[in-house]
Amino acid sequence: MGVDAEVTGSELLQFIIAGLKNGSIYALVALGFTIVYASTKAINFAQGEFYMFGGMFAVFFLSGLGMPLALAALVSVITVTAVGLGFDRVAIRPRRDAGPLTLIIITIGGSMVFQSFARHAFGPDERPLPVFTAGPSIDFFGAAIERQTLWIWALTAVAVVALTILYTRTKLGRAMRACMENREAARLMGIDTNRVVTISFGLAAGLGALGGLVVTPLTQTAFNVGPSMGVKGFAAAILGGLGNPLAAVAGGITLGLLESLSIGFLSSTYKDVIALAVLLAVLVLRPEGLFSRASREKM
Amino acid sequence: MSLLAVREVTKRFGGLTAVDAVSFDTHEGQIKAIIGPNGAGKTTLFNVLTGFERPEDGTVTFDGREVVGMRPHRVVRAGVARTFQNTQLFDEMSALENALVGRFPRTRTGMFSASLRLPGTAKEERLAQEEAAKTLRLVGLGDASSVPAGDLPHGRRRLLEIARALATEPRLMLLDEPAAGLNSSETEALAEVLYRIRAEGITLLVVEHDMGLVMEVSDDIVVLNEGKKIAEGPPRLIQKDPAVIEAYLGEEEADA
Repeated sequence: MGVDAEVTGSELLQFIIAGLKNGSIYALVALGFTIVYASTKAINFAQGEFYMFGGMFAVFFLSGLGMPLALAALVSVITVTAVGLGFDRVAIRPRRDAGPLTLIIITIGGSMVFQSFARHAFGPDERPLPVFTAGPSIDFFGAAIERQTLWIWALTAVAVVALTILYTRTKLGRAMRACMENREAARLMGIDTNRVVTISFGLAAGLGALGGLVVTPLTQTAFNVGPSMGVKGFAAAILGGLGNPLAAVAGGITLGLLESLSIGFLSSTYKDVIALAVLLAVLVLRPEGLFSRASREKM
Repeated sequence: MSLLAVREVTKRFGGLTAVDAVSFDTHEGQIKAIIGPNGAGKTTLFNVLTGFERPEDGTVTFDGREVVGMRPHRVVRAGVARTFQNTQLFDEMSALENALVGRFPRTRTGMFSASLRLPGTAKEERLAQEEAAKTLRLVGLGDASSVPAGDLPHGRRRLLEIARALATEPRLMLLDEPAAGLNSSETEALAEVLYRIRAEGITLLVVEHDMGLVMEVSDDIVVLNEGKKIAEGPPRLIQKDPAVIEAYLGEEEADA
């Protein structure tokens, strides 16, 4: 559906709100990519599956086991974090020194295994999750903000703030940044780099799961939603600059806005093309990403 | 008793014997230099002493414990720190944070509990901050603690690497060409720092090409050539040693 008429102010605002909503989810998934990349120099193509698991496990704990929604959400994040930790221990660690390409192929295999597992365990159907807070949308200068969107923003903000504190104020965060920059030197300083990689996978899985479960009330979820979200998150991470967590957040928000405004000003047909176009353009024109400092000349 | 005892260490790479049956001792409180023409095996020897390379033969005993077979971070924990020929800093992190990473082997609480801010960790973090700041002051970087390492000029980067190694609270420090790329006033400042480190009770083993610095600061010198030890002794004797002079003259002729 093309938009021929001029976009009004409140419509524009509505597109921006939608962009910020999707962008927050992309940011959470992109964070997962950058955190794992930082410690392994590999792209984790199972990241989209962590997103899918977040929603699917929450549905399972809620409908299958009858947990209250808040508990189901919490247990889902914890479960998926454990899946991430286990994935590293079982599949990644034994081949840790084999180089990024091998690791990437392992993660593609992991993605397939996770998807098949979800299909068999939870079935092939789309699964819903109730909104966290019921009630009508909130009117904001003529645009409507769904209450679930506020949850998405709030939880994304909490995750980003917590991650920032982790990176800048804690010993674990310093260890992670040290490994990110110079693994050999970090090892020499007595940092257990294997442990840092394991924790990275756990964190990435938890963040992906959070994104998946908080968006499910609006979109529903299914065993096969992972790969397309993986592409979006990967594009966002590349757009921001791989290896820099805060840049990944900016990349996610930017991608969400670009997509949403393209619906407003061009056509919704192009929405999914945007992520891939952005991915290609950034890789060709500015491989270090938009929001990342160009890597320094090493002495 | 010697702090570091190196006995008959041999390291081969394929057909090349990089270190050939080298033995020497380093005593507590010494500044000992290892010199030799390029390719003499100095850096390989350092790699063996710090667990980065495993020798085919020989033993390395530090404070009565065998170092051969230990992984690098274990060697650091045992009390041996090192710096690299090519500075290996964490460029995006501030000078203080670099030194704080050096505190890792000395902090008790695990990475997890420290992040959860369990009791005891706040105190330990404060102590770590103080110690890290102290090492920066010791090398003369007290004014640069919040500057990202990547923004520091070359000479100060080398000092920061020394500070980070110091933060691990070593008993023995191995410095690989600390004066490389420094101008003469920076080299003088470096000599001061080396004396200060020794005054802290830390033993130093230094690979260095700057003969002025070596002759000034070292108590004792080991000379390597083509992987073999060809001389050992105080600077005054080494300068007159015919084998040493020949090794260096031979190199100059080859260079010409």
